[in-house]
Amino acid sequence: MTTTQINTGAHSAGYPDKLLLPQWAEIVKSIPEAEGVTTFQFKFTDPDVQNRYRFEPGQFNMLYVPGYGEAAISMSSDLETAGGLLVHTIRHIGNVSRATSRLKVGDVVGIRGPFGTSWPMETIEGMDVVIACGGIGLPPLRGAIYRIIRNREKYGKITLLYGARTPKDLMFPTEYETWQKAGFDMQVTVDRGDENWTGRVGVVPMWFYHFRVDPHKTAVLTCGPEIMMRFVIYEALARRIPPEHIYVSLERNMKCGQGACGHCQQGPYFICKDGPVFPFSALDKIFNVEEY
Amino acid sequence: MTDKTLNVGGTVALPKPEFDLLLADLRKNGYQTVGPHMQDESIVYTTIDGLKDLPRGILSDQNPASYRMIQTGRDRYFDFIPANQSWKQFLFPPRHTLFSAVKEGKWQFKENDEPAPRFALIGVRACELAAIHIQDKIFLREDFNDPIYRLRREGLFILAVNCLDPDATCFCVSMGTGPRLGAGFDLCVTELDEVFLVEVGSELGRALLADRTFDLPSAFVQNTASQAMERAAQSMGRVMDTSDLPDLLTDHLDADRWNDVSKRCLSCANCTMVCPTCFCWDATDQVDILGKSTRRERVWDSCFNPNYSYVVGGNTRPNIRSRYRQWLTHKLGAWKVQFNVLGCVGCGRCITWCPAGIDITEEISAIRAEVKS
Repeated sequence: MTTTQINTGAHSAGYPDKLLLPQWAEIVKSIPEAEGVTTFQFKFTDPDVQNRYRFEPGQFNMLYVPGYGEAAISMSSDLETAGGLLVHTIRHIGNVSRATSRLKVGDVVGIRGPFGTSWPMETIEGMDVVIACGGIGLPPLRGAIYRIIRNREKYGKITLLYGARTPKDLMFPTEYETWQKAGFDMQVTVDRGDENWTGRVGVVPMWFYHFRVDPHKTAVLTCGPEIMMRFVIYEALARRIPPEHIYVSLERNMKCGQGACGHCQQGPYFICKDGPVFPFSALDKIFNVEEY
Repeated sequence: MTDKTLNVGGTVALPKPEFDLLLADLRKNGYQTVGPHMQDESIVYTTIDGLKDLPRGILSDQNPASYRMIQTGRDRYFDFIPANQSWKQFLFPPRHTLFSAVKEGKWQFKENDEPAPRFALIGVRACELAAIHIQDKIFLREDFNDPIYRLRREGLFILAVNCLDPDATCFCVSMGTGPRLGAGFDLCVTELDEVFLVEVGSELGRALLADRTFDLPSAFVQNTASQAMERAAQSMGRVMDTSDLPDLLTDHLDADRWNDVSKRCLSCANCTMVCPTCFCWDATDQVDILGKSTRRERVWDSCFNPNYSYVVGGNTRPNIRSRYRQWLTHKLGAWKVQFNVLGCVGCGRCITWCPAGIDITEEISAIRAEVKS
């Protein structure tokens, strides 16, 4: 199959010979991001691991909270922007992620990773990019956003479509100005506004109606609820953007991150290893199959 | 006539009582001998010392949702086919401690440094050996090498047994895995009334026999054995046409038959537990009540468990229809793409142990019939 390349040293945190044994990492900083969402900055306890650890935007780690278990969480920054620290933005909604809400600076978690495929940052050089994301789907794309801004001349027009339930749920709002200054066309929308909201109300896919794309030189990166991605893909295909230029990040139950435990399978793929980022051309037979 | 220069590929005749010496030699070499034993009216694989522990004169009569022992009184030890559980439990333990974590100030890991047991598997059938070879492809890959499986696999001694009396649920011929053993064993036994014919399959097997002298089998005995094996190949209880797999399943995810089977399937996960190739696992924390120490374990899991596909906000496969479809389209579909082999060896366990008597061969035929109509 054709997916994006992983060009990092595989699984530099964790032990190849010890199943699921993570590396300890200490919380250096904890930033409340939105209602029920925290951004944590981590540093590995072992300096060798800290020096060796590399990843690409779109990849994920397995975060282990002792006594609770592991959860697959994408990196929400890159090492360059975060001064070498590992950054995860976590919505406290599941068993493990709720446990992380009680963690403080100085606490440790176990980390294994990085796992999975990444956003195709090299493949899409020279193209216009539509980044379409919803809710907690923005953090896995922020590393790609930073990469684009740092290499702004390599990419064409950038459109960022971002939707959240309410204005309070918008993530990283203080950075929007910087992104706009980098020439991003920012389209932020919410499902329900509040008394101070002057922006748009509606769902992400409908903002495709408001701009024209050149289908031959446009790539789409999408991450968010599956229903949102389904309509983003639909709108992109309707504008003749080829399926191989529509990149989708999928979510499934994951226990190992290495294509071993079986949980994340969808059709022939282990989402943790063959994904999470897929070109839609690899998914067209399975993406819309109900409950598959 | 005795054979002083026994080679790999050679066959000797072993008087039945001497089988115990073979097992004793294995134990002397550090192996834990595990094999068939009758317990609670069914055959289990467990630690055995010798012939006295084997199910002498027992046939198993297996049918959908039915497993019965028949006493034949014959002087045979390997007539039953196959045991209720597979050998998977010895290479891929159902429950295994990965590590512990203790909070003394900060959290510390304590690894599980228990040495891996060395098993001698006594009585591995052709379909079961094929299943081990399939699991090798899953657990010992270039991009994932399971340390728990690897250590057990590397230390393994395999004494195989040719099946002479297939059961009503058997279809190894359809899957191309049996009933006769091909390669990949250390020793292979064909059981006749008075002797075991023992074929040497590896250097390890040869070395085990090297210190003893054996009779060579007479032409009559060898002829009897090969006739019995031919008969076995022709007396399969079931047939499965694999010619249009995996496409038959992967191209028909919307077949009506999935609705039909979902009304019978209880989603109990029995089929995945007894399946010799099913490999899914979960990892869980066993934590003390104060939250100061925890033991992380790997345990078998099943695509039929509701939590298996849980993600925050919902369950990918909330219905039995989608779970059964996942199991079958993986085993006889996606498996081929992932591991270049189908995930079924034709042992028939899933048919026997399904409390609703769902028959994998029948489901495949029904989907084919529906698609062609």
